[in-house]
Amino acid sequence: MDWQGQKHSEFLMQILLVVFAVVAFAVGYAIESFQMMILIYASGVLLTALITVPNWPFFNRHPLKWLDPSEADR
Amino acid sequence: MHSFGYRANAVVTFAVTILAVMCSLASLSDNFNVPTPTADVKVLNINWFQKQPNGNDEVSLTLNASADLSSMFTWNTKQVFVFVAAEYETPQNALNQVSLWDGIIPSKEHAKFWIHTTNKYRFIDQGSNLRGKDFNLTLHWHVMPKTGKMFADKIVMTGYHLPEEYR
Repeated sequence: MDWQGQKHSEFLMQILLVVFAVVAFAVGYAIESFQMMILIYASGVLLTALITVPNWPFFNRHPLKWLDPSEADR
Repeated sequence: MHSFGYRANAVVTFAVTILAVMCSLASLSDNFNVPTPTADVKVLNINWFQKQPNGNDEVSLTLNASADLSSMFTWNTKQVFVFVAAEYETPQNALNQVSLWDGIIPSKEHAKFWIHTTNKYRFIDQGSNLRGKDFNLTLHWHVMPKTGKMFADKIVMTGYHLPEEYR
């Protein structure tokens, strides 16, 4: 991942987890099912991990321009 | 967020922290519930009433207890532990409490119940004070949560009386 990608990944991770937590709590409270809250949240955590942890291409859209090896030697 | 492992750790840690917050909120939400339980306990019969060889009084009763505890169940309730205790005063102790019966209510559907039984646990005094004794029967309950704070309360029923003589 490039630097921009890392920033996006962290932001996405935080937003997704908080949103899933809020939705899970609201739904669980409304239908009076603790189990449903846990189920929604757990699937949210897995989805978030799937989106933000692996090094997907869309996290690499601002790649760093490294110097050529021959230039760096000088 | 420099590596796979770093990001994986960040997701897991943040997810667990948020889970802790959700569980605290779930426990706090129990405070919005105001239970309105009802209970009635009748002593149908004093089966026998004797002084044991060690000098302590013991009585065996048949109880008929009915209660509706469904209003104390919330989405965050795991089970309700309920017990019936006999309470009375003696010269040695200001308060004696003897548990006569207990049970676990696993869900709201089982919360409206009726039992007819002899006392599950022995009603033995520390001494010989039970003849002619007035006592209360108290229904205690503990609402055990899935997560967070446990609530406990009771209903006191008065007016019960033990025989003047052994039988």
